Amino acid sequence: MRTSPLLNVSGLYKNFGGVQAIAGLNFEIAKGELLGIIGPNGSGKTTAVNLITGFVKPTEGEIHYRGKNITGRPPYKIVRLGIARTFQMVKPFYQLPAYKNMIIPLYSPRVKQITGGKYGDRDAVALDLLEEVGFERDSFVAYKVASVLPQGYLKRLELAKAIALQPDLIILDELFSGLSLAEVASIVPIIEKLRQQGKTIIMIEHRLKELFRIADRVIVLNYGQKIADGKAADVINSPEVKNAYLGSE
Amino acid sequence: MQKRKERVDRGIKARSNDVFALSSWREMLYLAAPRLLPIVGLLLLSVVLSYYWQRVLLSVSVFALLAISWDILAQSGMVSLGQALFFGTGAYLAGNMNHYFGWPPYLTIPLATIFGGVLCTLFLIPVLRLRGIYFSMVTLVLPLMLVRIIEATRIFGGTEGFSGLDPLPNKWVEMYLIITVLLTALFGLRRLMNSDYGLVLKGINDNDRSVMNAGINIYWFKIQALFIASALGAFAGAFMTHVYMFVGMPVFALDYSILPIAAAVVGGIGTLAGSMLGAFILVPLSEILRGLGGLRIVFYGLFLVVFTVAIPGGIFHYIQRKYHQFERWVEVE
Repeated sequence: MRTSPLLNVSGLYKNFGGVQAIAGLNFEIAKGELLGIIGPNGSGKTTAVNLITGFVKPTEGEIHYRGKNITGRPPYKIVRLGIARTFQMVKPFYQLPAYKNMIIPLYSPRVKQITGGKYGDRDAVALDLLEEVGFERDSFVAYKVASVLPQGYLKRLELAKAIALQPDLIILDELFSGLSLAEVASIVPIIEKLRQQGKTIIMIEHRLKELFRIADRVIVLNYGQKIADGKAADVINSPEVKNAYLGSE
Repeated sequence: MQKRKERVDRGIKARSNDVFALSSWREMLYLAAPRLLPIVGLLLLSVVLSYYWQRVLLSVSVFALLAISWDILAQSGMVSLGQALFFGTGAYLAGNMNHYFGWPPYLTIPLATIFGGVLCTLFLIPVLRLRGIYFSMVTLVLPLMLVRIIEATRIFGGTEGFSGLDPLPNKWVEMYLIITVLLTALFGLRRLMNSDYGLVLKGINDNDRSVMNAGINIYWFKIQALFIASALGAFAGAFMTHVYMFVGMPVFALDYSILPIAAAVVGGIGTLAGSMLGAFILVPLSEILRGLGGLRIVFYGLFLVVFTVAIPGGIFHYIQRKYHQFERWVEVE
């Protein structure tokens, strides 16, 4: 018997005025899977994430998580169910030091629910989590105000904030964009470690080479519709995908 | 040779950082002085001032409370242009309870504080989703609307208001009540804003979507901040009602909205202590300038401009920096 999917998106539509950002999207993701979502600019990738995480309400269609209908629920409720995301445009608390940025997710009801309110010293937990994503423990970087941190660290901070919520499903919205090859190479092991912990991951990416190396399955969006779904190697060679990315002839 | 200014923490700041502060009196004093200063200062002022200036001290403290209340909202991402709403609601609640039911001030003031807080929060819940200037506009308009409603419908004494309300027992009760509340609000709320709870409020100001994304219901937190701020303002209003033994339409005046903002800006936003300091500068200044007659506002305005240009971060931040750090010129390589 096939196990029911962790997340199931069916018949999803989203219109922004006259623009149809998502037009009948269907996909599902099994527990423990790493799903890549790719597509040209404006194909609706980020909108799909916003719909799943509740930042945008769908015009039509349903999203089920663990068999429960979560369509149109507010973001904070969706996080409490175990879905965390990062933003493509990093959204740190610029006025706070990096480790204080971590306190806010650690303060959330989701973490309290899991740990029973016993996490010890939040500052210490924050520093541990930051070390996990590559903030060197013996440097001052974790104590620096977020507004002076370079992009690479802000992306890591974004990832650490999502991990702090102890989610079952993590959605990474273009985590690699704006990073150097070396930085990407240093983040990939963190993602692999998350997979070993049994987390389910959705990655939206433009850095296809790095994505294809770690993704189990890739779906391709174009004009808000899924045009391909399958293993990375199969997807990239399909004529529809070539057409969408490179244009016809 | 180019030089730049470098700021370095004083040794005593580092030394008094932890439990080591207990190692010497000097370090302990370094930590205690900024906290003792407002307490000792206010208690001293309350006995040495003449009767006239004691009355000014009451008004200063009320504006300090309103400024602290404004600062709490500003730190939580809600820029209010209508502290008069909180002040006036508290004032009218206390006035009505005293006028119609004859309840004494020691009942009306706490009740007006709590219900004023609840009422103002309810007024503003529908607009909590608004951000920035849109939220501000609503807060600006609400007290002005309430005045017109009172004027047009003649409820709550209409344009005359209620006079002959019960006073507080004597001037000492008045003074020490407001001083106690002010200091409790200052220290208690500073502590709150430095806790993890306060961090969430500041996070909402910084980036509300990111707080939402942390699984936190930002509207619930905003409601709590709004209640704290409006209860403070309502207390100030209820208190003044019994000091003046009168409540009327002036309690919704623009002064109560604008002066607290000016105080917070001059004193320094985001510290609460700065807002209080600003009130302690601006309100007495306005009294001193009274002799100038018509030109008073001109000089007052000039002072505001000069101050905000000279010390843009606010006086408190400036003093704090001087207290904790020293500056020196170093050569740029």
